[in-house]
Amino acid sequence: MNDFLFVFRNDPAVMSNMSPEALQNSMQKWMDWIGGIAAQGKLVDRGNRLANEGNVVRPSQVVTDGPYIETKESVGGFIMVRAESLDEATEMAKGCPILSNGGNVEVRPIIRM
Amino acid sequence: MENQELIPHLFRTEYRKITAVLSKTFGLAHIEIAQDIASDTFLQASEMWGIKGAPDNPVAWLYTVARNKTLDYLRRDKLFKEKITGQVVRDSPVGDELEIDLSTQNITDSQLQMMFAICHPSLPVESQIGLALNVLCGFGISEIAGAFLTNKETINKRLYRAREKLRTEDVKMEFPGETDIESRLDAVLRTLYLLFNEGFYSAGKDVTLRKDVCIEAMWLTKMLTENPGTDRPPVNALLALMCFHASRFEARTNPQGETVLYQDQDDSLWDATLICRGEYYLNRASVGQQLSRYHLEAAIGYWHTIKADTPEKWEHILQYYNQLLILEYSPIAALNRTYALAKARSKTEAIREAEKLNLTTNHLYHSLLGELYLGIDEGKALEYFNASLSLAKSKADKRLLMEKIERINEAC
Repeated sequence: MNDFLFVFRNDPAVMSNMSPEALQNSMQKWMDWIGGIAAQGKLVDRGNRLANEGNVVRPSQVVTDGPYIETKESVGGFIMVRAESLDEATEMAKGCPILSNGGNVEVRPIIRM
Repeated sequence: MENQELIPHLFRTEYRKITAVLSKTFGLAHIEIAQDIASDTFLQASEMWGIKGAPDNPVAWLYTVARNKTLDYLRRDKLFKEKITGQVVRDSPVGDELEIDLSTQNITDSQLQMMFAICHPSLPVESQIGLALNVLCGFGISEIAGAFLTNKETINKRLYRAREKLRTEDVKMEFPGETDIESRLDAVLRTLYLLFNEGFYSAGKDVTLRKDVCIEAMWLTKMLTENPGTDRPPVNALLALMCFHASRFEARTNPQGETVLYQDQDDSLWDATLICRGEYYLNRASVGQQLSRYHLEAAIGYWHTIKADTPEKWEHILQYYNQLLILEYSPIAALNRTYALAKARSKTEAIREAEKLNLTTNHLYHSLLGELYLGIDEGKALEYFNASLSLAKSKADKRLLMEKIERINEAC
């Protein structure tokens, strides 16, 4: 068994334009999906959501506000799961509700130091 | 109250008090002597009261006799006296005489400190539960053996090792400090939770005994809610969850002592008073930011007390199970979540999720799938119930499964 990081990326505008009902609905879908992973005993870390605002520090102490100035895609959150293989982890990621909202999931094996 | 009821009743409430106060006086290393004196006191009570009738104030009588027995013991065993008075008498106002403080305050404190001592993290959980039943609930060896479905010798050994451990680890009877109260209280709650479950889910035949185990676990939890230092949200949540579960005690066993599954229960037998108590403690638990597993399980318990079998009810239960599993995995929560999914959404969706659970050695996994396939594919349902039957251990489980198999065969 190996650990994998799921990184969720989406257009930050998608969430902020949602109606309360749609938000509630999306929340339930996320809980069902993560609950399903947890029910298999394969959730290693429930992770967290990330706020939209943020800073990026670049060489020579240059600070820019927000990592997503030039892109419509920003990291919105992450979880950690356990799976036999990258294939299995990828299969798990296919159920993620972000996919029906134009977002994506990056699946990355974790290398334990 | 007649003597034959009065003494067992007092034994349940006073044995742990006397044992706790004396253990605190002697030091926890001598808990066995404290237990012997407490038992002796009750032996004398049953002899005396049987002849002369119960005294006007039976509790005060018990305390006086326990105090006298302790002083007698110290007089007889000079060596023991020196061993313990070496540490104690210096602070005692009576000098040579050991003070045995049976004030309400000290009784309460000693019982709570005993709970913390017994649930000390250095003790294996099995020992904690054994000691809790023996010392805090006043259960005899044969009763504990009955509750654990094992023999007296095993329990005797387990308790002996547990008391040894208390000695070697030098566990003290004291309140944990501010820095570790949370984790120590967590350990106490876990043991009380397991103690309750032992009574609630045990396959033991003796229904009265199992109910007693549950009632005692609730009493101990209630005691924690009555103390300002331990009256915290997770404690109230645990008590709420116990109340909700216990409300179904009458409904979940038939007159033959056999288990009746939730969906087959006569809900007029659910205890409305206990449901109310549960709601009261759930409200008390709903302060602050902390959402413990007991909060989630109490919320699940609450929704189970709602009689109307609607998809909304099961949607709530499903979402709480999702949260519970995200917080802490357990096979039983995974199976229950899948059942809730079937009730809230559809059996087909639940089957898809069930097949991902890697619980093929668990008989409950197969009976869940059997249940889900009923009305969809009776042949598969039959296969799963048969697989479950081959894995089931308890007679009650086997009987339930055989009934289900028979019902399918009759319908075909």
